Amino acid sequence: MGHYEAPIRKPLVTGNKTYHQISVDVAKPIEGQANKQWWIVFSISMVLFLWGVGCMIYTISTGIGVWGLNKTVGWAWDITNFVWWIGIGHAGTLISAVLLLFRQKWRMGINRSAEAMTIFSVMQAGLFPLIHMGRPWLAYWVLPIPNQYGSLWVNFNSPLLWDVFAISTYLTVSLVFWWTGLLPDFAMIRDRAIKPFQKKIYSLVSFGWSGRAKDWQRFEEISLVLAGLATPLVLSVHTIVSFDFATSVIPGWHTTIFPPYFVAGAIFSGFAMVNTLLIIMRKIFNLEDYITLQHIELMNIVIMITGSIVGCAYITELFIAWYSGVEYEQYAFLNRATGPYWWAYWAMMTCNVFSPQLMWFKKLRTSIVFSFIISIVVNIGMWFERFVIIVTSLHRDYLPSSWTMFSPSFVDIGIFLGTIGFFFVLFLLYARTFPVIAQAEVKTILKSSGDNYKKLRDKNGK
Amino acid sequence: MFTLTNKIKTFSIALIVLGLLGIAYGFYSAPSTIEEAKQIVASSHHDDGHASSYDDHSNEDKGHDEHGDGHEMSHDEHVFHQLANRPWAAIYVAAFFFFMISLGTLAFYAIQRAAQAGWSPLLFRVMEGITGYLLPGGLIVLVILLFSALHFNHMFIWMDPEVVEHDEIIRNKSGYLNIPFFLARGVFYLAGWSLYRYLSRKFSIAQDKANDNSNHIKNFKLSAGFLAFFLVTESMMSWDWIMSIDPHWFSTLFGWYVFASMIVSSITVIALLTIFLKSIGYLEKVNDNHMHDLAKFMFGFSVFWAYLWFSQFMLIWYANIPEEVTYFITRLEDYQLPFFGMLVMNFILPFLILINSDFKRLNWMIVTAGIIILIGHYMDVFNMIMPSAVGDQWFFGIPELGSVMFFSGLFIYIVFSSLTKAPLEASGDPFKKESEKFVY
Repeated sequence: MGHYEAPIRKPLVTGNKTYHQISVDVAKPIEGQANKQWWIVFSISMVLFLWGVGCMIYTISTGIGVWGLNKTVGWAWDITNFVWWIGIGHAGTLISAVLLLFRQKWRMGINRSAEAMTIFSVMQAGLFPLIHMGRPWLAYWVLPIPNQYGSLWVNFNSPLLWDVFAISTYLTVSLVFWWTGLLPDFAMIRDRAIKPFQKKIYSLVSFGWSGRAKDWQRFEEISLVLAGLATPLVLSVHTIVSFDFATSVIPGWHTTIFPPYFVAGAIFSGFAMVNTLLIIMRKIFNLEDYITLQHIELMNIVIMITGSIVGCAYITELFIAWYSGVEYEQYAFLNRATGPYWWAYWAMMTCNVFSPQLMWFKKLRTSIVFSFIISIVVNIGMWFERFVIIVTSLHRDYLPSSWTMFSPSFVDIGIFLGTIGFFFVLFLLYARTFPVIAQAEVKTILKSSGDNYKKLRDKNGK
Repeated sequence: MFTLTNKIKTFSIALIVLGLLGIAYGFYSAPSTIEEAKQIVASSHHDDGHASSYDDHSNEDKGHDEHGDGHEMSHDEHVFHQLANRPWAAIYVAAFFFFMISLGTLAFYAIQRAAQAGWSPLLFRVMEGITGYLLPGGLIVLVILLFSALHFNHMFIWMDPEVVEHDEIIRNKSGYLNIPFFLARGVFYLAGWSLYRYLSRKFSIAQDKANDNSNHIKNFKLSAGFLAFFLVTESMMSWDWIMSIDPHWFSTLFGWYVFASMIVSSITVIALLTIFLKSIGYLEKVNDNHMHDLAKFMFGFSVFWAYLWFSQFMLIWYANIPEEVTYFITRLEDYQLPFFGMLVMNFILPFLILINSDFKRLNWMIVTAGIIILIGHYMDVFNMIMPSAVGDQWFFGIPELGSVMFFSGLFIYIVFSSLTKAPLEASGDPFKKESEKFVY
């Protein structure tokens, strides 16, 4: 990567940092004690998580009947949550892989936490199909394993099976990518550790990183290869999730724009979640010099772009439903907008299409409070999007006598809240034990993008 | 400053003249009565011009057959329309293809500006040269559409009041598919795109001699606005100008699919033109790193195109709903060679050639891949338009070749002329130095 940077680019590391100062800042949350706020949030998350575990146990021991599903709406809350979490998981890989290929230096302040978020949210997503199986101890049956039941094989024609392959591959590659990036940072923590136990643990997880030139050369090479692999993977995951719906012949589900539009929506919600997490984290851990306003503004712009793409897809679907002249297709969309679930549709439209357009105003997209609010709004909107696609398309099927409504049971809600709790438990533990900024990478851009070096260069007139 | 050499001028004018001859031959040989059409079919049946059988009309032009309400157009009349459409469709495919290259380049250029890209400012003038074709190319497309609207041909069957009267499906769409609104939309799209092209070019040249970055900032804002406009109008343009040729068929992905074809062809042309200009001694600051980046985009968007192609094809094939699947049945039955050929040329070959890092830095490799990509995407446009316009009466012959020659000649002439109008280096761009110094 070239080290020259145009003077009009804004600094990505502020606060006159030196290499040593970066190490100190990044190691601080790990080496210090957890504060009260951390414990409060952790306890709340833990309670939610445990409540969710209780609901899961209740579901599995009693049966799927404890959910709000009925004969017409046989797929609702669980798959909505599944797609929601999977979608959130897209931002991490996008930031780490796609932005790496595009040589975007601003990714370095945020990629570590975004990737952690990816892995944790894919884990939440994976729980839903697992529980929905009813007998999760037979989950390995989704894999094409040679068996003694005669010709009992998985259905290779089913997009649900493709999901199994896509998501497990994605999780594996994301995990490897994340850990590869962590190696030099873990080694930095290891080298600073005073207590033998910590030293032992961080030695183990840093895989004996030595910091020799050869290590770095391999590191750069593998990062590029993994980025190249992860890019089609990140597209494939939500593409195949969209196939779950689009291969069917259900009006509102079968539409060809689904694959790219699901991917755009996933990136949209993922970036919103990154913003939610990082806006809090930078404050609590005093990382404002690494996750600057510039980072937040750029993420807001990504949210605006992907939100516009998603909005364009909504309008396309709506228009083509009319244009197609297919009665069922037309009704599906009319029912979305004006039927009994109109509020879900308009919640989705407001949160996903209208609110990101406010980011056109520089004042708003550089306001921390506003960014935080929008990031929450977008996540709510993207949850409603999946709910609208799934429930409103199903609840009025081809046979009006079976038309019905869906309402979640307390178990449905409990499991969803449980995954939110679980997600935050994992993220909070991560924030206390992992280097939350990719400090080795940030150090590589310090001299080109650090504010002190930029000033020095301006002074010397280069 | 770039000066138009006599060689380029002669070459492009020769292409235009030869192309015109081919186009004229196309019109001359097209039938003007049903009787003539019957004779042509009878003779072509013997010399076996193409593999498909002309008897099987079950899948195309549902507008006439399936929803006829007792209005059965005779088979001969149908073939006559197809054969009479052929020279028009040949012109339209080529006109749209070259127009799409300049429109895609405009979008790529706007993306570079809106993204504040640091690698590409050295190529801005090359892109601006290609977008010089936008307005003339777009006007030609509009004129062809106007001729369709005036019933000189039968490519857009929904423009025929006779057809609409007997076809309920098309009738229900007439709120959108009607001639005045259709033409007005076309003028609106082209006006919007041309306005952006005009203004961004003006700011770009003004920035060359400016003391501050105000023109650059104006261009940044303008480009972001244009991209929002483009996002909507590009899809609508694809529905109007291509999808409506098959007025019963619909696909929500279609607009983005056309975009994928457009952007990969455009980046390819940017790369080819850059290599050519370098080879005759211009753009000395452009180096392998810039070519590498362009080739990466050629590779990436080829894969992206394949992704969208697969998404559209697979979903329609898998669901197998009659309203939709007819589109691909026609292509699989009557267009096997261009249909599968384009998959090889647009995905497999560029993928294999350009996956290697070192190959992306070799000009002759980029040129090889680029030529394959351009032919492949011409075939893509061909596959989008021809099956509905001429059915199984297709052939790549003198009218098609002539049209390609005519429009390539015109394209070359206009693009190179617009290159002469400004320095080839956007010298005042604040990212110019970054673009010079960047290394991959």
